[in-house]
Amino acid sequence: MNDVVTSPTRLRRGRALAGWAYAAPAAVIVAVLFLAPLVLVVIMSLHKWPLLGPARPNFPANYTKIPDDPLFLDSVLFTLKYTVIITILLSAVALGLALLVQDRRRGVGFFRTAFFLPGAVGFAAAALLFYGLLNNDFGPFGFLGVNWIGSPNMALTSTILLVLWRFAGFDMLILLTGLQAIPIEVYEAARADGANRWQIFTRITLPLLRPTLALMLILSITGSLLAFDQFFIFTNGGPDNSTVSMVMVVYRNAFFRFDLGGAAALSVVLLVVLVALNAVQMRILRGATTR
Amino acid sequence: MKYYSPRLALAVIFLFPLIWSGWASVQGPDGFTLANYRSITGFGEGLATYVGNSLALSGMTVVGTLVVATLGGYAFARFHFPGKNLLFLAALAILMVPYATILIPLYVLLDYVGLQNSLLGVSLVFVMFQLPFALYMMRNSFEAIPREIEESALVDGAGSFRVLLSVLLPAVRPGLVTVGLFAFLASWNDFFAPLILLSDGASFPLPVAVVSMTQRTFGAIDYGVLQAGVMVMAVPCLVLFLVLQRYYVRGFMSGALRG
Repeated sequence: MNDVVTSPTRLRRGRALAGWAYAAPAAVIVAVLFLAPLVLVVIMSLHKWPLLGPARPNFPANYTKIPDDPLFLDSVLFTLKYTVIITILLSAVALGLALLVQDRRRGVGFFRTAFFLPGAVGFAAAALLFYGLLNNDFGPFGFLGVNWIGSPNMALTSTILLVLWRFAGFDMLILLTGLQAIPIEVYEAARADGANRWQIFTRITLPLLRPTLALMLILSITGSLLAFDQFFIFTNGGPDNSTVSMVMVVYRNAFFRFDLGGAAALSVVLLVVLVALNAVQMRILRGATTR
Repeated sequence: MKYYSPRLALAVIFLFPLIWSGWASVQGPDGFTLANYRSITGFGEGLATYVGNSLALSGMTVVGTLVVATLGGYAFARFHFPGKNLLFLAALAILMVPYATILIPLYVLLDYVGLQNSLLGVSLVFVMFQLPFALYMMRNSFEAIPREIEESALVDGAGSFRVLLSVLLPAVRPGLVTVGLFAFLASWNDFFAPLILLSDGASFPLPVAVVSMTQRTFGAIDYGVLQAGVMVMAVPCLVLFLVLQRYYVRGFMSGALRG
């Protein structure tokens, strides 16, 4: 009799303990490798923190010296410019590709795979691939006589080609999930009402695709603001430091100037700006989802 | 024809760089040659070292992600415990925090715990970055299984861990493949985290090793050898993706990217 009364409580307690035990590895990783570094980056930013040797408090020097770093200010402008250009182009190309392969037809799987395949290649490998592809002595486009990474504008243009090639298919896949969630009946009803293709696109496809488009934009904007690989590997920041991104400056401060405190302060600034940006975008996204 | 020709033209544009790279990697002054691959095997610490590092890094990341996400997903889907929602939110918050901004403190932190310049340390960082997607994916996989299946086993006196191993794991296999594939592609290809967290050339994975090859030699890059390096990095990913494409697309459909 006693057993029948106590066992549900004991069972529940036992289940809670088991649940904690199963979640423990994830909890340890989140605490040690995510929450602790978040705290540490703030602490570091308040110190003169050399690569070797003891740290000394120096608040607010790491923050107040940020505006004195001309390379960082240039990198902010450059990264913003890059983010605007690549986000617009990437959304347009990805949406175009997604619309081209949204219908189930013979061979459509091949096209989807072909557009996505560059996305399976690592970004570093893709950057090295383009390093050879756009080399005029070695690559196939030498006959065009274009100096692909010789001038600041061409270096940016070439990088954009690389990023479009590598990421358009990835964003296409995201948009495709949104396109396929639109019920066929909606299109059929519109067609029955005599809507033409342009009207269907602007009045039905685009509004219903808004949450997915917003998600793609968040990923693209965040990714672009944190751009590193493409400029570090492909243009190496050149020519004349014209393609130095914000994260490259963080890296340079930490590992070439051995100033981890300064790098941490830049990280904190980036972190706050991007989390705020994400929150705003998330709110817009959520608004779009509930509509 | 009107349907196929523009799509075919675009497919050619997207596939051309890959095909060109493969072709360029086997071209010498006198036509076909494997010389580029022979010379890349000998560069730096030897290609075998870098491939071994990459395999170890990806292997540890995939296994670690699968174990942590399976146990965690099971906990989130089937158990009630204090702090459950808080932990899940904290894990999802990893998506909100830009990757590059916490690598500087991670560099210091791994040093504190004796994991500086260690592939194990980098793989733990990769597991952390995979966690939001992996936990979300595995929680949904477990939630999709009807409870009746495990309840009969529990009534028969099996413990929850035995139920997980013998009853539930086979049922969440597709989710495991998706999570494993994402973890592999991310860890095999990542450049920035190993660049920051590893200092010794002998422990570099492929992307860092091949990039440092191009940046060390300045003007005198052998582009054919470089494309051989690109192929060594890219071909395993291309093959895996082509074989497991279905599982990759599932990851997109799950909405897990939304965070």
